[in-house]
Formats: sequence, structure tokens, C-alpha cells
Amino acid sequence: MRLSTLSYNFRQGIANIWKNKMFSLASIATMTACIFLLGVFYSIGVNFESMVRNAEEGVAVTVLFDEGITDEQIQAIGDSISARSEVSKYEFISAEQAWETYKLDYFNGDEEAAAVFADDNPLANSASYSIYLNDVSMQQSLVTYLEGLDGVREVHYSDVAAKTLTDFNHLIKLISLALIAILIAVAVFLISNTITVGISVRKEEIAIMKLIGAKDSFVRAPFVVEGVVIGLIGSVIPLVLLLVLYQRILNYVAERFDALSNLFSFVPADEVFRFLVPVSLVLGVGIGLIGSRITLKRHLKV
Amino acid sequence: MIRLEHVSKTYEAGVQAVTDVSLHIAPGEFVFIVGDSGSGKSTLIKLLLKELNPTHGKIIVGGKDLEKINRRQIPRYRRNVGVVFQNFRLLQDRNVYENVAFAMRVIEAPKKDIKRKVPTILSLVGLAAKYRSLPKQLSGGEQQRVAIARALVNEPKILLADEPTGNLDNRNAWEIMKLLDEINQRGTTVVVVTHNMDFVKTMNKRVITIKKGVVVDDQGGEEI
Repeated sequence: MRLSTLSYNFRQGIANIWKNKMFSLASIATMTACIFLLGVFYSIGVNFESMVRNAEEGVAVTVLFDEGITDEQIQAIGDSISARSEVSKYEFISAEQAWETYKLDYFNGDEEAAAVFADDNPLANSASYSIYLNDVSMQQSLVTYLEGLDGVREVHYSDVAAKTLTDFNHLIKLISLALIAILIAVAVFLISNTITVGISVRKEEIAIMKLIGAKDSFVRAPFVVEGVVIGLIGSVIPLVLLLVLYQRILNYVAERFDALSNLFSFVPADEVFRFLVPVSLVLGVGIGLIGSRITLKRHLKV
Repeated sequence: MIRLEHVSKTYEAGVQAVTDVSLHIAPGEFVFIVGDSGSGKSTLIKLLLKELNPTHGKIIVGGKDLEKINRRQIPRYRRNVGVVFQNFRLLQDRNVYENVAFAMRVIEAPKKDIKRKVPTILSLVGLAAKYRSLPKQLSGGEQQRVAIARALVNEPKILLADEPTGNLDNRNAWEIMKLLDEINQRGTTVVVVTHNMDFVKTMNKRVITIKKGVVVDDQGGEEI
């Protein structure tokens, strides 16, 4: 296609959007809503995932040993643990360390109160490995493995914590995916509707074009431009809205809820939008393209 | 230039619009096709534009068998056949210049060609001064001139006119007929479908008469 033809078709596409104001506006609004919600769910999802990851780091599996176990055996158990892929890190806590921590927690560092147990460590049998996982959903298989190891007396773990985190994470992902799929379908439908109206309004013009020798691609081009531009506008608006909103919320939480911001660390805006901007633009343009192509295929047989 | 061999067209509803029509129109000829409404004249135009395909028979235009032209090749074929309609079929939201330029844009002609040729063709049809008018600001005769300019701007070898004077008063109708004759003098093959016998008698051209889809008379031209 010539440059002048391209620019002519581009101008025609823009003119179509203008002539078809109400429907174009409805399509842009739907696209905006669609991409906006996608952004909201993504932001929530990504922040939640990061919180889960933080929380996961705190979920540890503790391995306690049989009485009278030798250092070599403890070492062997350590080697078995380190060989597992789901383990992110593990550390050995000796009976003395365990007692020190306990004293600090329980007696609030009151050495006199703790002195009762001076030479008799009540946690003499409490040397352990603390194991941290890459992914809490793999906790159960690791626990089963650890329980089968020689020299292991007991494995302590929180089944509920791991399961709740994993389930919640899955749920959020599932809901987001379902909603996004529905919204994309609605957006494609609406753009297709807008193009259908455009075609019916310009039926005579299309018929004339065909009769004087226009190629199909020439007839289609303005409609494709229309769909793509609607998609583009419909993805830029929500991106700007989301960026402003996200930063405001982050600032608001940081100012008002000091305690909260210590508890949760939000994912910074640039990290969220590094993914969201390209995905939204591709999605917007893609939906516009698909919406217009489907319609043209159905309605442009002259 | 145009050759029809035993062409029949039956619509899906079973209506037989054209029956076993055979005719030949030589390059540079001016031919009237006359008949009452429903006689099959418009079907004939649609067959020549490949808007419809014949149920039987063969249509050859400019040496090309229309049956062998596939969907993708239709645009290229139509660029060699200008067409004018009874109701003008102009784009109402564009001015005279744009309506004519549109025909060149559609075939992706270079911008400089459009700028050069549109004013020339508008002068030919006598509308150079009104190039900025919208169709609704023009008389019926003027609108038909715009339509003729649009049909001619790409220099087709054949001009098909389907009841070009049907919506015009007598004076305007004569002007259009004269213009079509002029165009024919310049070498374009002109086929005019009409039911107005006044022009047909006065202009002394070849006349093909159709009745109920059958050619019943062919006078003034070469026989096949």
C-alpha cells in the first residue's frame, strides 16, 4: 500500500470513529474498564504474591533429632536436606542456641530468673534444623521425606499456614483470570458491534468502492484502523488512571498507616507497570484488531 | 469488446432474469439496451460488472472470460469498466472534487496523478467551477455529471450507464446523453441501459431490445 493511501485510510478510520461517536465511546469505555480491571487485579495479585513470598520466608519446618544422635548423623541429615530442590535455605540451631533464644523470649533477658537452669539446659534435646522453602505448596512432600530420614525424631510444621497461603494465592489468580477472560470477550464483542454499525452506516460507500475497483484490503483498512485506535485509546486511559491511583494509594498507606507499611511491603510502581504497560497496549491493540477482523470477515462479502 | 454467448441467469428464488442472450459489442461502439422494467436489463449490467455470475453461458469482456476471474482479481477487472447509476450513488458527505478523487484513491493512484487528473475530468463534464460543492447543492443533471466524471477518471475502456437519465428532467437528460456521446467519440465503448425511447430514436445508435430476459431485437449494429 502506498504511503498516501495509508495516510488516507488512517484519516478515514479516525473520521469513522468521530462519525460513530456514541458507539466508539462505548467501545473505548468498555476497553478502559476492561484494562483498568486487569490492572487492578494484576496490581493486587502481584502485591499479594509478594506478601505471600514474604510470609513464606517466615514459614519454617523444624527437624528435631533422636536422643544421643552423633554430630556425623546430624551432618548427614543436613546433607539430605540441602539436596532437596524445594529448600531455599536451612540452618542448624544447637541446643545452646535454642536455649538462648528461649531465655530471651520467655524471661525477657532476665538472667537471674533463668539462672535457675544454670548448668542444666532444659532444651538439651532441642538441637534442630530450621528449613525454609521456595514454595509453601511443596511443604507436605518435604515433611514426608524428612520423617522418613534416620535420626529424625520429629518434624514440626504449620500445615494450616502453608495451605491457607497457597489456596488464597490460587484463588486470587483464578478469579483474576476468569474476570479478565470475561472482560476481554465483552470488549471484543463491543468493538465488533461498533465496527458492524460503522459498516452498516457506510454500506453504500463500501458498495461504490467495490464497484469502482477497490481491493478488499482498501475497503477494510479504515475499519481496522478504527478498531486499533479504539483499542489503543482504551488501553492508554486506564494505564494513566492506574498509575496515578497506584502511586496515590502507596503514598496514602505510607502516610496514614505507618504500622501497615512495616508489615507489608508494596511492590514499587515501576515494577508493576514494567509488565502492565506492554501487556495492556498489546491487549488493547490486539482486541481492536481481532474485533475488527472478525466483523469484517462476517460482513464484507461483496 | 463485450461478448455474451448463450448467457442465462436464474436467481435463487427461481426467477429467470436473462435467457440465452448472445450478443457482441465492438470496441468504440455506442449501444442502447432497452426494455421495460423487469426485462433483465439491470441483471445484464450486474453480470458485466461481475456482481453476479451467469447460471449458464460465457461472458468475455476485453478478451477476458469473466468465469476465469477469481474473487481477488475482480477489483482489477472493474477498473476497466466505468459505471453510472440512475440514482448517481455519490458520497453525500464529500464534495464534487472528493467524489471524483475517491475513484482514484480507491485504486491507490499516486497523489500527484489525482491532483492532475481530477480537475481535467471535471472540466470535461463542465463542473470545474463547482468542485467544492456538496452533492445536495447540485441539480440532478450536475450530480450525474459528477458520477460520469468519477466513472471516467480512471480511463476505463468501457462505460456502463444504468438508466443514467431516469431521475432527470428532459433538458438535463439531453445534456447527459450528449456528454455520453462525446465520451464515446473519444474512443470509450458506451453501453446505455434505458427505457426512454425518445433518446433512442433520436440518437440513431445501435439498439438491443430485451423482453422478459430475451433479446428480441438488435438494430443498427453489426450482427453476430
